Amino acid sequence: MEKYKMHILICGGTGCRASASELIQSNLENALKAKGLEDEVQVVTTGCFGFCEKGPIVKILPDNTFYVEVKPEDVDEIIEEHIIKGRQVMRLLYTDPDKKETVSDSKHMDFYKKQIRIALRNCGFINPENIDEYIARDGYSALGKCFEMTQQAVIDIVKASGLRGRGGGGFPTGLKWEFASKNDADQKYVVCNADEGDPGAFMDRSILEGDPHSVLEAMAICAYTMGADIGVIYIRAEYPLAIERLKVAIKQAREYGLLGKDILGSGFNFDVEMRYGAGAFVCGEETALIHSMEGLRGEPTVKPPFPAESGYNGKPTNVNNVETFANIPVIINKGAEWFSSIGTEKSKGTKVFALAGKINNVGLIEVPMGTTLREVIYEIGGGIKDGKKFKAVQTGGPSGGCLTEKHLDTPIDFDNLLAAGSMMGSGGMIVMDEDNCMVSMAKFYLEFTVEESCGKCTPCRVGNKRLHEMLDKITEGKGTLQDLDLLRNLSGVIKDTSLCGLGQTSPNPVLSTLDNFYDEYLAHVVDHKCPSGQCKALMQYIIDPELCVGCTLCARNCPVDCIAGERKEAHIIDVEKCIKCGACMDKCKFNAISIQ
Amino acid sequence: MAKVKSLADLKKMKDNLQSKMDLREKSDAPNSMVQVKVGMATCGIASGAKEVMNFFIEESAKRGISAVVTQTGCMGYCYAEPTIEVIIPGKDPIVFGDVDVKRADEIIEKYIKNGELVDGIIPVNYNTID
Ligand SMILES: Cc1cc2nc3c(=O)[nH]c(=O)nc-3n(C[C@H](O)[C@H](O)[C@H](O)COP(=O)(O)O)c2cc1C
Ligand code: SF4
Ligand code: SF4
Ligand code: SF4
Ligand code: FES
Ligand code: FES
Repeated sequence: MEKYKMHILICGGTGCRASASELIQSNLENALKAKGLEDEVQVVTTGCFGFCEKGPIVKILPDNTFYVEVKPEDVDEIIEEHIIKGRQVMRLLYTDPDKKETVSDSKHMDFYKKQIRIALRNCGFINPENIDEYIARDGYSALGKCFEMTQQAVIDIVKASGLRGRGGGGFPTGLKWEFASKNDADQKYVVCNADEGDPGAFMDRSILEGDPHSVLEAMAICAYTMGADIGVIYIRAEYPLAIERLKVAIKQAREYGLLGKDILGSGFNFDVEMRYGAGAFVCGEETALIHSMEGLRGEPTVKPPFPAESGYNGKPTNVNNVETFANIPVIINKGAEWFSSIGTEKSKGTKVFALAGKINNVGLIEVPMGTTLREVIYEIGGGIKDGKKFKAVQTGGPSGGCLTEKHLDTPIDFDNLLAAGSMMGSGGMIVMDEDNCMVSMAKFYLEFTVEESCGKCTPCRVGNKRLHEMLDKITEGKGTLQDLDLLRNLSGVIKDTSLCGLGQTSPNPVLSTLDNFYDEYLAHVVDHKCPSGQCKALMQYIIDPELCVGCTLCARNCPVDCIAGERKEAHIIDVEKCIKCGACMDKCKFNAISIQ
Repeated sequence: MAKVKSLADLKKMKDNLQSKMDLREKSDAPNSMVQVKVGMATCGIASGAKEVMNFFIEESAKRGISAVVTQTGCMGYCYAEPTIEVIIPGKDPIVFGDVDVKRADEIIEKYIKNGELVDGIIPVNYNTID
């Protein structure tokens, strides 16, 4: 048998695939063959490393060299220099944005230092299309162990671990399983919610792409505790790679008898099917999701009845999120005590976040609950892009709120985020800097909710539209002080009277920006100015007569001819006619034109 | 593919598969392992570094030592190639020169297993090669 001396891991996540990681892989394999090294060096395609922005990622083991932004044509150099001569290809190493130094390996990257990977344990480590690699890392042994315990004993472990749902609500998972197990019925179902609709979120996708078996195994464990024999994964059709990997995983698990009849000789039967969602945000809500699975319209209905009593086809159904499931096998294997030793008092374990926005290290991270925003943004995230100033971070997506400077040292967990006027949500984290206008930010999220509201109930359907109109008016400089009160009032009404979680949380971005950035709203409605300069309607291009030398360049480039002035004399912009295209400012060589 | 019929079956399968993942597991926790870095620049390869590296990989596995064996570039000791650097967790790195298979055997038995020093240590004026 060949004994590999080195492994080359190449990211096969959606991000890296988009930039030719498949070609890199085949180039690597061909180059190794050409050098006769195919028995010494193994090439492995893995799931996401979390460092997608700098993809494609190639990692070389055992020295953990971490190459970023690798191109197919870099392969020869990697083989020639690194694999054969043992010299790192310096130009492909990651450069620390702060220290401006290259970092030799992943163990020394600030991005990874504070991370603890539980849900992402196998992402970027195993080949997700090879069940053997999952089994080699204890895969399916948790399921086997559960068969040797009573159903209640398994539920008790999950309860004692303190695991709470990662899909947004944070409901204790063990308790949910217990409800579903206590409701007797001839048929029960386990559903995995892989709808992931938050803009910018890709935690669940990455888990499914990088470690599909962990979710299948956990679904089987859950099914065993409640007495279900059918599992359904509801996944959005826009996730083709995750769907493909799941299909491969299901097929391999069936071939090994780890799905199907009499699993591991336990007498327990379980199999998994897939349903595809069309990508409506509201279909992620569990009752809407179940209706959509039944072929009905994806509209939420009133709870109770909860799915645990009457869910899919009117039968007891347990719905959990992808990331929630991914934690389960580890909890069974390492024990509730181990899991609950990580995190804060009421939020145990870790949380996966998708870091995005004006931050240096955009990507996917997993940190223990209780990590502070400062650690996430400045240590793991590498700080704000281009040395700008931090302004806020939006957590919880369209249902969440923004956190500011004063929250930077708050430990992140379910309860602290709620207390700060935001929420954990599914794990989107969008960082904003001084150039972001908070009114526009709120408007962006309202645009999203208006688009995604299913329209079933009036406060959400009409109320959010009115909120959006008012925000639009404010960003156009036409808002009044009264509008600010109206915003607050209407937000309260929508929250109190909407049927489902979408409407009940949709005004949160408005309320939290009103709370934290009231000055900015005032500037828009009183002074008709946008302090961060993002609202175009409120900007004015002005020529400073002191600096202008009268070169006429701006006037000749203005598409609407609204700049007047004689040669060698100061020019002036007609602000009424100006369409704010910015052409004049780009052209002026004397920095005489500014925005106010 | 054969079905996995019991938890015992699964465990057996895992034990067989584990060795394939061994290198990856070890790389993930380098600081708790013995690290052996073999200089594999032009002169190193010319003087048999490859053979020495293979020896370390195979023998540490056979003798039950958890070691990560990596190759590195020019270490600057052409006169004493092949050179290797050995880091035992919690100790300063030590560089050995003129390492052939025989000396490699000695390094494993004496230094790695028992912490005894062997001849041929090259004094180094740095602490780690971070
Ligand atoms: C509008 C709306 C959208 C939701 N979208 C998702 C989603 O995309 N994925 C998800 O897992 N949960 C989503 N949820 C939460 C689910 O209703 C449900 O609570 C969750 O799937 C339960 O799993 P958990 O306990 O493991 O978190 C959404 C809820 C609402 C109100
Ligand atoms: S709150 Fe909005 S999304 Fe939810 S049921 Fe009502 S209209 Fe539909
Ligand atoms: S911003 Fe555009 S439209 Fe306005 S003055 Fe400059 S060039 Fe003319
Ligand atoms: S380009 Fe600048 S310096 Fe020239 S006329 Fe316009 S504002 Fe004045
Ligand atoms: S997709 Fe490659 S690092 Fe995320
Ligand atoms: S080339 Fe061998 S030590 Fe420099």
